[in-house]
Amino acid sequence: MRHLLSTADLSRTEALSILDTAEEMAAVSTREVKKLPTLRGRTVVNLFFEDSTRTRISFEAAAKRLSADVMNFSAKGSSVSKGESLKDTVQTLEAIGADAIVMRHWASGAAAQLAASDWTDCAVINAGDGTHEHPTQALLDALTLRRGWTAARGEDPRGADLAGMRVLIVGDILHSRVARSNIWLLRTLGAEVGLVAPATLLPVGVQKWPVSVFYSLDEALASGPAGGPDAVMMLRVQAERMGGAYFPTAAEYTRRWGLTDDRLAQLENHRTAAGAQPMILHPGPMNRGVEISAAAADSPMNQVLDQVSHGVSVRMAVLHLLLSSSERNTA
Amino acid sequence: MTSTSTAPTLILGARPYGEEPTDILLAEGRILAMGEQARGHAQDLEKVHELDAAGLLALPGMVDLHTHLREPGREDAETVETGSRAAAKGGFTAVHAMANSSPVADTAGVVEQVHRLGRDSGWTEVYPVGAVTVGLAGEKLAELGAMAESSAQVRMFSDDGMCVHNPVLMRRALEYVKTVDGFIAQHAQEPLLTEGAQMNEGDVSAVLGLPGWPAVAEESIIARDVLLAQHVGSRLHICHVSTAGSVEIIRWAKQRGIDVTAEVTPHHLLLTDELVRGYDPVYKVNPPLRTAADVEALRHGLADGTIDVIGTDHAPHPTQAKECEWSAAAMGMTGLETALPVVIKTMIATGLMDWRRFAEVTSEAPARIYRHSQQGRPLQPGEPANLILVDAESTQTVDPGGHASKGRNSPFRGMQLPGSVRATFLHGHPVVLDGALNSPLKQSQAQRKVTS
Repeated sequence: MRHLLSTADLSRTEALSILDTAEEMAAVSTREVKKLPTLRGRTVVNLFFEDSTRTRISFEAAAKRLSADVMNFSAKGSSVSKGESLKDTVQTLEAIGADAIVMRHWASGAAAQLAASDWTDCAVINAGDGTHEHPTQALLDALTLRRGWTAARGEDPRGADLAGMRVLIVGDILHSRVARSNIWLLRTLGAEVGLVAPATLLPVGVQKWPVSVFYSLDEALASGPAGGPDAVMMLRVQAERMGGAYFPTAAEYTRRWGLTDDRLAQLENHRTAAGAQPMILHPGPMNRGVEISAAAADSPMNQVLDQVSHGVSVRMAVLHLLLSSSERNTA
Repeated sequence: MTSTSTAPTLILGARPYGEEPTDILLAEGRILAMGEQARGHAQDLEKVHELDAAGLLALPGMVDLHTHLREPGREDAETVETGSRAAAKGGFTAVHAMANSSPVADTAGVVEQVHRLGRDSGWTEVYPVGAVTVGLAGEKLAELGAMAESSAQVRMFSDDGMCVHNPVLMRRALEYVKTVDGFIAQHAQEPLLTEGAQMNEGDVSAVLGLPGWPAVAEESIIARDVLLAQHVGSRLHICHVSTAGSVEIIRWAKQRGIDVTAEVTPHHLLLTDELVRGYDPVYKVNPPLRTAADVEALRHGLADGTIDVIGTDHAPHPTQAKECEWSAAAMGMTGLETALPVVIKTMIATGLMDWRRFAEVTSEAPARIYRHSQQGRPLQPGEPANLILVDAESTQTVDPGGHASKGRNSPFRGMQLPGSVRATFLHGHPVVLDGALNSPLKQSQAQRKVTS
C-alpha cells in the first residue's frame, strides 16, 4: 500500500492490518508518554483546501505521536487563494521535503489525481475529497464498530471482521464522502449495510450498490432477523441542502429521517443477537435537533467521542503503515 | 518541399470510395478527368505532378460543422491558422468555427474577421458560425441578418457551449433564420438540470461523487426543439448527440417528416464514462462521455441515417486548463486530427458502414446541411477538387505532441488507431502530402475559386 485514497481499493487483509495496528496505537495513547519514535525525521504535511479543524488536529496528533514533523498548509491565506495550481503547491511541498501529504480537498478525485501524477513521490492520504470518499473516517468508524461488536461477544477485537453485523447509514448519501467510504469498507469486512434516505439524497445508480435501501427510517429500524440494527450511523445534514428541493423543510426531515427521542427509545429497547444495545455513530459535528435529538446525542449508546479518539489511532496506523513499510525513494 | 503554385496533379491508382482503382487528374481546382482519360488529358498539360496512390482510398474532403478555433480571444489555445493546419492534416477541406470566441461571434464584424483569417491561412475553408443570441447569453437575438449579409455569408447559427433554453427565444430564432435561409444548431442541455454537472449521471458518477449530467437534460431539449421546428417549419440541427434516448427521439422526429439533422462526435462513438474513474480531466467534455449502451445506440443511429453527420467538436485547451482538479478543469477535447481514424475504428472496422456512407457522414451530408456548392461533392469529373487520400490499412499510435493543433488534450493519446490521411487537396492544391503539411492555398487562388 503506497497511498490511502479510497476504501474501495482496500483488501480485507489490508483493512484488518490497519485496524489491528490501530489497536496497538490505541494502547500507546493510553500510556503516560503518548509517543513512539517510529517516524522521527519524517515530515507529514496536512494540506487542507477546505476547513476541517477536527480532521486536521486528529492527523496532527497522530503524526506527532509517531514523532513526525508536521506542517499545516491551509489553502486560506496561502498562495492557493491567489490562484496557485494544485501542481505548483504540491511541487513546493515536495521541494520542502515532505514524506506524506494528508490532503483535504473540495474536489472529488483530487487525492487520486495527486497520487497518479508525477508531481510528487510523497505518500498521499485522502483526508476527504469533495463528495467522493473519506477513508480514514470509515476506518475509525470500523474500529469503533468492531470494538462494540466483539465486546458484546466477549471476543478480542484484533483479527476480527464485522461478518454478520447490520449497519444502517441514515441521511444524505448522495453528497456524503463518509457514506461512500463506509459502504465499501463495511462490505469488505462482511457487514450488511442498509441506506436510509429520501430518494432525493440517494445517487442515481444506488440500485447496483451492494446494500439495501430504505426510504423509511422506521421501516429500517424494525428490519432484519433480530428486528433491528446492530448500529445506526447518522450523517450530518448540510445547511445548504435544507429548504432546497432535496426535502421540503428541516422539520419534515427530522420527523421522517431524524433520530428523534421516540426512535431513540425504540433503539434503547432493542437487543442485538449478542444481547447488546445497538451503537449510534455520528461523524460530527452533530446538528442537535435536526438529524439527531439532544437525548440521542448525549446517550451512552452514542459513540461519537470514542470515534474521535479512534480517529487518532487509525490515523497513526495509516501513517505508520504507509511511511515505515516503504522507504522514501531519495534518488 | 514546398510548392508555391498549384501544378496539375495526376493521382495514380487511388480507389474512390474504396472501390476499383483509377487515375484522377486535378487541374484548375477541379477534377478534370478520371479513369483512362486522366492520363490522356494529363499529356496535354504542363508540369503535371504525378502521385502514386496505389493502395490508397480517395474520398471527398471532410466537412466539419463543429470546430472551435478559439480566435479571437483565446489565441493561447488555438488560432485560425493552427486550427486550419490541424483540419488539413485531419482531412477536412472545410470547417465551421463555433461562435464562442471572445468577443463572441455575434456581429458581422467578428464573423468577417474569422472568415478573413481563414482565407489568409489557406489550409482549409473556414466558415464562421454566428451566435444565436447576443453574447451567447440566451436573452436577446443577435443580428442574424447582418451576419448572413456580411462577407462571411453566415448560414449556420449556434450558441454552442450554451443551450438556447428559453423556448420562446428558440422558437423565434427558428422562425427568423428562415428569412436568411439559415438553420439553428442547438447545443441541447437543459441548464437547470445540469447545474454544476461534471460527468454523465449514472453508475460511475454515483461512485465517484461527481455531480451528474443526466441524459434527460439533453433529451428533453431535443424533444422540445423538434416539435418547435415542426410547428414553425424550420430547419434544426442537433449538435453532439450523446445518448440512446436522443437517437430514439430524432428517429421519431424524422419519421414524422420533421426537418431535423443530427451530429455525433468521434469521441462519443468510442469512449465511455468508465474512463472518468481515474479523474483525468482529459476525459472531461460537454456533453459528457456516456455509457457503452449509448455508444452502441449512437453507432447504429449513424449507420442507419438517424444521425446525419460526424462533427468533431474540436475543443483545444491550454495545458493548465486540464492539469488541475476535475471540477476545475475545462470541458472539451481535440478532435480534428483523430476524427478519421476513430470513425474508421468504430464504424468501418466494425462493419457498420461502408466507404460510401463514410463519405456521406463526413462530407456530403454536412455540406448539404450548410448548402455548400463546392464541398461534399461526388468524386466525378467536373466537380471541385476537394478530396483526400487515405491509407486505411496503416495503424498509428496517437501522439498529441505531434499534432498541428495547439491543443494537447486528446483523449486518444497512446491509442492505436487505424487509418491515416496521406494527402488533402483543397481546390486542387495539395495542402497535405505524404501525411504532412505541404503548403497553403494562396489567397488569390482561393478567391478565384470562390467567385468562379
